[in-house]
Amino acid sequence: MTLSRSILIGGLLSSLIVTAALISFVWTPFDITQMDIPNKLQTPSAEHWLGTDHFGRDIFSMIMVGARTSLAVALVAVGIGMGLGVPLGLWAASRQGGWADEIIMRGNDLIFAFPSLVIAILITAILGPGAINAIIAIGIFNIPVFARLTRAGALPLWQREFILAARVAGKSPARISFEHILPNVANLLIVQGTIQFSLGILAEAGLSYVGLGAQPPTPSWGRMLADAQTMVAFAPHLALIPGLAIISAVLGLNLLGDGLRDHLDPKIRVMRT
Amino acid sequence: MTLLSVENLSLAIGPLPILRDVTFSVAPGEIVAITGESGSGKSMTALSVMQLLPDAATTQGAIHLQDRDLLTIPESDLCDIRGNDIGMVFQEPMTALNPVKTIGEQVAETILIHSASTKSEAHNQAAAMLTRVGLPQDRFPLSRYPHELSGGQRQRVVIAMAIARRPRLLIADEPTTALDVTTQARILDLLKDLVQEFDMGLLMITHDLAVVADMAHRIIVMRHGEIVEQGDTRHLLANMSHPYTKALFEASSHQVDLPAPDEGPVPILSVENATRDYPLPRTRLFAPREHARAVNNVSFDIHQGERLGLVGESGCGKSTLTRAILGLEPLQSGTITAFGTTVSPSMPAAQRTKTQVVFQDPYGSFNPRKKVISILLEPFHNHPSPPRGREWFDVIGGALEEVGLQDSDSDKYIHEFSGGQRQRIAIARALITKPELIIFDEAVSALDVSIRAQILDLIADLSRRHNLAYLFISHDLSVVRTVTDRVLVMQSGEIVEHGDTESVFTDPQHPYTRSLIAAAPVLPDLKEVQNALA
Amino acid sequence: MLRYALKRLLSLLISLAVASIVIFAVIEIAPGDPASFMLGMNAQPDTVAALRAELGLDVSKTQRYLNWVGGMLSGDFGTSYTYRTPVGEMIKDRIWVSLPLALYALTLSTLIAFPVGIYAAARRGKPGDMAVMGATQFGIAVPNFWFAMMLVLIFAINLRWFSAGGFAGWDKGAATALKSLTLPAIALALPQSAILARVMRSSLLDILGEDFMRTARAKGLTRRQALFRHGLRNALIPVLTIIGMQFAFLLAGGIIIEQVFFLPGLGRLIFQSISARDLIVVESVVMLLVFLVIMVNFVVDLAYAAVDPRLRART
Repeated sequence: MTLSRSILIGGLLSSLIVTAALISFVWTPFDITQMDIPNKLQTPSAEHWLGTDHFGRDIFSMIMVGARTSLAVALVAVGIGMGLGVPLGLWAASRQGGWADEIIMRGNDLIFAFPSLVIAILITAILGPGAINAIIAIGIFNIPVFARLTRAGALPLWQREFILAARVAGKSPARISFEHILPNVANLLIVQGTIQFSLGILAEAGLSYVGLGAQPPTPSWGRMLADAQTMVAFAPHLALIPGLAIISAVLGLNLLGDGLRDHLDPKIRVMRT
Repeated sequence: MTLLSVENLSLAIGPLPILRDVTFSVAPGEIVAITGESGSGKSMTALSVMQLLPDAATTQGAIHLQDRDLLTIPESDLCDIRGNDIGMVFQEPMTALNPVKTIGEQVAETILIHSASTKSEAHNQAAAMLTRVGLPQDRFPLSRYPHELSGGQRQRVVIAMAIARRPRLLIADEPTTALDVTTQARILDLLKDLVQEFDMGLLMITHDLAVVADMAHRIIVMRHGEIVEQGDTRHLLANMSHPYTKALFEASSHQVDLPAPDEGPVPILSVENATRDYPLPRTRLFAPREHARAVNNVSFDIHQGERLGLVGESGCGKSTLTRAILGLEPLQSGTITAFGTTVSPSMPAAQRTKTQVVFQDPYGSFNPRKKVISILLEPFHNHPSPPRGREWFDVIGGALEEVGLQDSDSDKYIHEFSGGQRQRIAIARALITKPELIIFDEAVSALDVSIRAQILDLIADLSRRHNLAYLFISHDLSVVRTVTDRVLVMQSGEIVEHGDTESVFTDPQHPYTRSLIAAAPVLPDLKEVQNALA
Repeated sequence: MLRYALKRLLSLLISLAVASIVIFAVIEIAPGDPASFMLGMNAQPDTVAALRAELGLDVSKTQRYLNWVGGMLSGDFGTSYTYRTPVGEMIKDRIWVSLPLALYALTLSTLIAFPVGIYAAARRGKPGDMAVMGATQFGIAVPNFWFAMMLVLIFAINLRWFSAGGFAGWDKGAATALKSLTLPAIALALPQSAILARVMRSSLLDILGEDFMRTARAKGLTRRQALFRHGLRNALIPVLTIIGMQFAFLLAGGIIIEQVFFLPGLGRLIFQSISARDLIVVESVVMLLVFLVIMVNFVVDLAYAAVDPRLRART
């Protein structure tokens, strides 16, 4: 089966960002901890491919290192969301209508009543700002997304006759959930996981922008934008470049997710926002 | 004078040929039935006449509605014809109506788009039409929503919509397939009356030969997108010339060669006063929950080697009873005892191996991500003495061969099999632990007649080899009659009649059993038809 | 219908109660005593104790929770630790920036998304659909605060059509006030409208495959008539869910956009309060945001019932 254009473009963009982040561990064109005030606010040139910022640091190098922060935060947050949300969703579906289902679903509704940013604000209010707290905030918000999705995918499966056959064989609900239900909702989870990953990158950028995410000296795309804001009138490239980096990462993952959806099962509906 | 004449119609969807050289005609007041198994192209023929085909469809030939060729006139003219000159009734009444609009609005809409009547005139006409199809205004006002009606009532609304403009041609695509047998009989009578009253032509698509024989003036038999035989109903029945037609009729009235029962002295399953309630959604916020009784005080036994049938219409409680017998749902009162131990959802898994089940849906019965081998091994979960080592290969191979499949099939995924083969795998799964009791829950209802005949033969064959005891649950009376020794008739959660299969069918005692048997369409005895014609 | 509304109302009250407990508990865990923080490192213990009594911190936790909730119900949100002014008044000034901004953005987003989504669905697979889908794919990927900066760069700095930030105030007239909210609202609305348009399209396409759409065509309706008369209302059900979720997102997202445009809304209030460890303000503003989100979900639930008669019948 041939892969669709969106998988190819999306996969290409995503792997470009991932590669940049990985290479930044061993090599960047310039050392980003080194200030170079005489060369500050340069526009893109042969030496500094994407120019320099107000401290004279190489923007290309900072984008590479910033990708690391974005990807790490989003990846761990999706991990938290899946790791807790999927088992909760499976459990709720296996006890449909029971108290466990009721509590899990009402708990989900409750988290949804706190927009992710509000959760981040609450956490920052207690623990102070930082990348870890951004991960927790985004991760908590991911839990109900995966719990709802898993439950919604699992409920119709529980009515199917092959589940009845497994129950006739005496298998426990937990075993049926992992052996029969999980493989049949996996496509759903892969597609939504990709989308949540891209949303995580957006959320991390937003949190860093308002100072609730990664703290200096850790570079991040969101904070590069915050630094650029006061200089946007005379150095617009400072704002343009990190923005384009965010857009390519998110666009790439979204295209990949949608392409995977069409490839695996076009009937899957993803949740956004 | 012909009303509809289809000439050399060929249809392809993309590169895939669907119909080839289909030619037939319908006259006013005539009922023409197209019949055939799934994939024969009968529904696509109906949709071609409506010109409601998928976008990728290409057609050749001609479809004349009186003097106009529906294949050449523009889409806007087709919109004027649909609903006005041709009405259509679909198979699935539960989804054929818009859930957010009232039935009055939906029937009146047909009138409004094709005539200059005002809204109130259209509503008056809609009310008259709904009354005509058996939904009088005092009980079914125009303001009802589809979800407030039963399947049969919804189908009447769809019919009212289709005939609201008194079209010259009505197309009905499996109009009663989704309905219970007694409802089916009433809807078929309604359609027959309407054809006479309005002098409509009726093109009816159905897989059910008994319905066809009972109702149609002419029959068209299709297979693989082609017409194999067509003619006047009685002539066609008397002198079937094509072998496929003969095979189809043989399969529809197929009688299996069931061995004489060899019953053991003690019951292996006994159901005593079983009662099962379902909680209803609360009607008031803090009111105590009310319950619906799905199974009410049901008692019966099954002995070793006995073949018991259970018939009833949808919602009568037969599925609930099945689940209770399988130990999947608790009882509110009464007991079910199988092989000497009480059945309940909490019974140990080891006790479950002696009762197995075959479900209806050959597509939903298997996890699509598992291979046949792991599907067949599932019943051994917690089996007290599972096979060891090399024994596994013999067990799997044996089970597959027993149902007419091959050893090598164990390594395939379920989507590689046809519906009939899947049902064989389902039977293999049920047999693999050598159970003493099998529940067949509508096990042949989803199959085409020829496949159904083969599976019924397989069941008879297996019961000859293993002296099987089974409970055969079905809504299809003719099937139950041929594969069981004794039968239970269930209505609204209760067993209303119980007895030897032949005597219940030839001399039913309970009025409900009588109405069921009277409503079931029966294939005519071909000999009688031949004699009558001769 | 009434029964359905009452049931939703009951669940709304429970959600509010649980949310208030969660918020109170979370703020309780926060390290540090507000009184010592306000008075600085060298404060005398008895001064701290006096301030604690003044702030109502010297009673049990349960009592404090009840005081807080009871106060909010009677409109008293407590006194800010830093400014020593009633929190209620601080919120009152700010909410008339944040709430209109969210509603403005939601209106824009819906007005853009509906026609675009319907257009794309009606032209499924054709170039018009492809172009719209490509544009929305891009729209989803744009961070709204970055988009806001670009809007400022183009329309405020280069073209000088709008001011780069700040809020004119409602006393200068609604038109002037709305003008200062226009760029922020566009920045919030466009990425959201991309999402909404996609949901509208896919929801319509789902409905187009339903049996009753075929019934509608069999009656003689054209594709277009069937889409508008039978498709739209059914497709609205999932779209309403997303609109509800978007309002929550826009309220919260407004917090970031307020930073870009220096708008004196709840967002700025919350950030100032966090840096000043003015937790009573954080607590109350968060509760207010959650209250608004839960209220919107309640309205969405009622809207479902208006669209779908099956819900009205169910209880």
